[in-house]
Amino acid sequence: MTRLHSFHGGIHPLTHKKESTQSPIISAPLPAQLIVPFRQHAGDAAKPVVQVGERVLKGQLIGEPVGMISSSIHAPTSGTITAIELQQIAHPSALPDLCATLVPDGLDEWGVRQPLNYRQLSSDELQKHLRRCGIVGLGGAAFPSDMKLSHPVVVDTLVINGAECEPYITCDDMLMRERAEGIVRGIEILRHALGTDAVLIGIEDNKPQAIAAMQRAVDDSSHPFKVVTVPTLYPGGSAKHLIKVLTGVEVPSGKLPTDVGVQCFNVATAYAAHRAVEHGEPLVSRVVTVTGNVEQPRNYEALIGTPFSDLVALSVAKPDTNRYIMGGPMMGVELPAVNVPLVKASNCVIAASDALFPPPPAPMPCIRCTRCAQVCPVELQPQDLFWFAQSHNFGKAQEFDLFDCIECGACAYVCPSSIPLVQYYRYAKSEIRARDLEKRAADLARERHEFRQFRIEREKQEKAERLAQKERAAAEAKAAAATVIATPVDPTADADDTQQMRIDAALARAKEQAAAATPKNTEALTPEQRAEIEAIEARRAHIHELAADAGADDEPPKHSQGN
Amino acid sequence: MLSSPFITRPLTVDRIMLRVLYALLPGITLYVWYFGPAILVSIALAVTAALATEALMLKLRDRPVRPFLADYSALLTGVLIALSIPPLAPWWLPVVGTAFAIAVAKHLYGGLGSNPFNPAMIGYAVLIISFPQEMTQWLSPQGMGHSVLTYGDQLRYVFSGVLPVGMQLDALTMSTPLDTMKTQLHLGMPMSDIRDLPIYGRLAGKGSEMVAAGFALGGIYLLIARIIPWQLPLAFLGTLFALSGIFNLIDPAHYAPPLFHWFSGAAMIGAFFILTDPITSPTTAKGRIAFGIGAGLLTFLIRAYGGFPDGVAFATILMNMCVPLIDAWTQPRIFGKKKGSER
Repeated sequence: MTRLHSFHGGIHPLTHKKESTQSPIISAPLPAQLIVPFRQHAGDAAKPVVQVGERVLKGQLIGEPVGMISSSIHAPTSGTITAIELQQIAHPSALPDLCATLVPDGLDEWGVRQPLNYRQLSSDELQKHLRRCGIVGLGGAAFPSDMKLSHPVVVDTLVINGAECEPYITCDDMLMRERAEGIVRGIEILRHALGTDAVLIGIEDNKPQAIAAMQRAVDDSSHPFKVVTVPTLYPGGSAKHLIKVLTGVEVPSGKLPTDVGVQCFNVATAYAAHRAVEHGEPLVSRVVTVTGNVEQPRNYEALIGTPFSDLVALSVAKPDTNRYIMGGPMMGVELPAVNVPLVKASNCVIAASDALFPPPPAPMPCIRCTRCAQVCPVELQPQDLFWFAQSHNFGKAQEFDLFDCIECGACAYVCPSSIPLVQYYRYAKSEIRARDLEKRAADLARERHEFRQFRIEREKQEKAERLAQKERAAAEAKAAAATVIATPVDPTADADDTQQMRIDAALARAKEQAAAATPKNTEALTPEQRAEIEAIEARRAHIHELAADAGADDEPPKHSQGN
Repeated sequence: MLSSPFITRPLTVDRIMLRVLYALLPGITLYVWYFGPAILVSIALAVTAALATEALMLKLRDRPVRPFLADYSALLTGVLIALSIPPLAPWWLPVVGTAFAIAVAKHLYGGLGSNPFNPAMIGYAVLIISFPQEMTQWLSPQGMGHSVLTYGDQLRYVFSGVLPVGMQLDALTMSTPLDTMKTQLHLGMPMSDIRDLPIYGRLAGKGSEMVAAGFALGGIYLLIARIIPWQLPLAFLGTLFALSGIFNLIDPAHYAPPLFHWFSGAAMIGAFFILTDPITSPTTAKGRIAFGIGAGLLTFLIRAYGGFPDGVAFATILMNMCVPLIDAWTQPRIFGKKKGSER
């Protein structure tokens, strides 16, 4: 038996999982239209590669990855792309994002599927395949799985996350109960791609049927995977905490699990990897829990892009339902509208009413009771972080490790003063990020400005130096010219001082060179040689005189020559 | 739009305060049993003053009155002040002490959650400094004084200051067991003789030792119910025990034994109900231990060498001052960071 470790804090909220595990997963019927966002994963949005009006087949690529961290988007069924435009998505900001609208033709006709034998593939090829198939983490973060398989360091342990610690959510539970074999095959593919030996599958002890099914599937597969029952404790399904519980290793703050030789995938991601590799099916559907204030809470296998309203209609929301939450009650987000589409990260939708989730009482002042610190799984001091966030002391909040907060909500769950602590942390984090961006922009602008100032200053200086040099040279030249040739230059005659200066300088240089050259080798000359030189000089002077005369009335002879 | 988490299951502030009040009941019951009902009058006066001052201050500060009155925190302050002053004190003593505690020590510092000092102890300190005479007239246990006051007599005295004909206040009151010990030690009486004085019982003062035991009982309930952290009472009582034990071993003639310290004065109510005020005590486990040790040390020093009979109130106030520093020095490591890594 694997020795289990523990982490600090945690809470035991009522799980409410029984409601949605009474009936098996069923396929949701084909909706009238699908809205497929191009950004369903962490990183850059995919680029549309289909045209409006185009007929697409199920699994056909409609958005290709752009950049390193990105993934592919596929048509969830066959049909016609009727629009590629901004639409509202499942984000609390209610900001629209680029989506393709697909009207199904009802045939659900697959495009080309290419099953592969993973044993014959290298890790690199598998990564490329998973990226092509749009496989992302289905636990909620939707990080591209191929990126998690490409790692520069040795990974010796693969942790498979079947903890599903959030209340209400049961999609992983049901998937493990019903499709354990596929999950185990997917785990083996991921293990192969990572090149690890040890595989630990962590499942919370409130899912005995899932544990039994997974154990059976592992036994049947004869892979040496370990199915480990972990205690039910929220947020035990946080990757770093599950790794701590299973291996005793604490992933350092700001580092990735791979830095300590561990990688972690969700069970549903493993299943998706199995479908992608062994059936050639891109990620076009997922299991999603529909629960809460509905008549028939259960799990559906639904196509990506299915409006949540369709799923909620299948389960029949009770009349007092007044809002919908995507994800669990601890970390989920309220949907801006119920007709937004299901995305890869959507593991659960909860119909909520004021009776189910009573609005919290008005917040009271913090009494520093530290019940929050007692439950914080990151061992932060939430009461201090709250204080700093409230007083806009963001630097101090950062110093007290605000960014290590995983926003699990355990602190707010126990707060006697009903303070919405997580909201304060999110606010502080976004403020700090915004200020960082602003600061970076300002720094850049200042650097640019400073460099420009520096450049202007430097150019000025260089010019002044050049001028000074030229003036010096000119003065010397004038002095020299005054003695040698009797042709003084009138600086005022010339409009361009620098031009004049340059000419002067050139003249001066020529003079200098001439002066330097003339006395060369004339020191130790014999009288005969000197006489010879003088004769040559005289001849030259004569030629110069003749040339000067010819230059004066230059034109006529040139003309005559030309004719 | 609300954001996550959407579910909460808190033990709300009012329920916490209510449990603390319940935990005071055994001590108060024993108080009445041994000293008569005058303490109930003091409590009623202090509570009324506390709620009235709280309401007034909230109004002045433009804050909602009802939710804050309903959190029982002002009520608790009133009860604690009433329990720390002599029950036969004139009616205005608990009123003035409580009003000062709520208005100045609590609201002028920002109200619930923002006060650096324990309001009840500030109220006590103000009274003992301003009205030392009234603050030291402790009722002797029923039957222990030279004559017995009826319940009606007690009430009449509190409000009118008139005693039944032929009775003298001096005959009814006494200084506290701690005070008596200090005075007698000063006069040169050895510890063993002091302990034989009629005001002393098995462990400490007759009657008051049982009241202290009642508070300890309530404190143990609070520990079990996890309303208060265990570090504070343990560190405080442990330090007090260890220090008095060492001094008592070295010089038993001049230093009281540890259990005498435990069951005298405000040691028990302080350990479980005063030091454990979350607002004015440290937030870290290590910090709480440091705070408890400091308070225990100061209490012992003030009791043994200081000018006041008991040291719990001043020890608490002095340690309250150190809380920000203690918190800053005892920050725990966080998940995924090495101990003592940069902060």
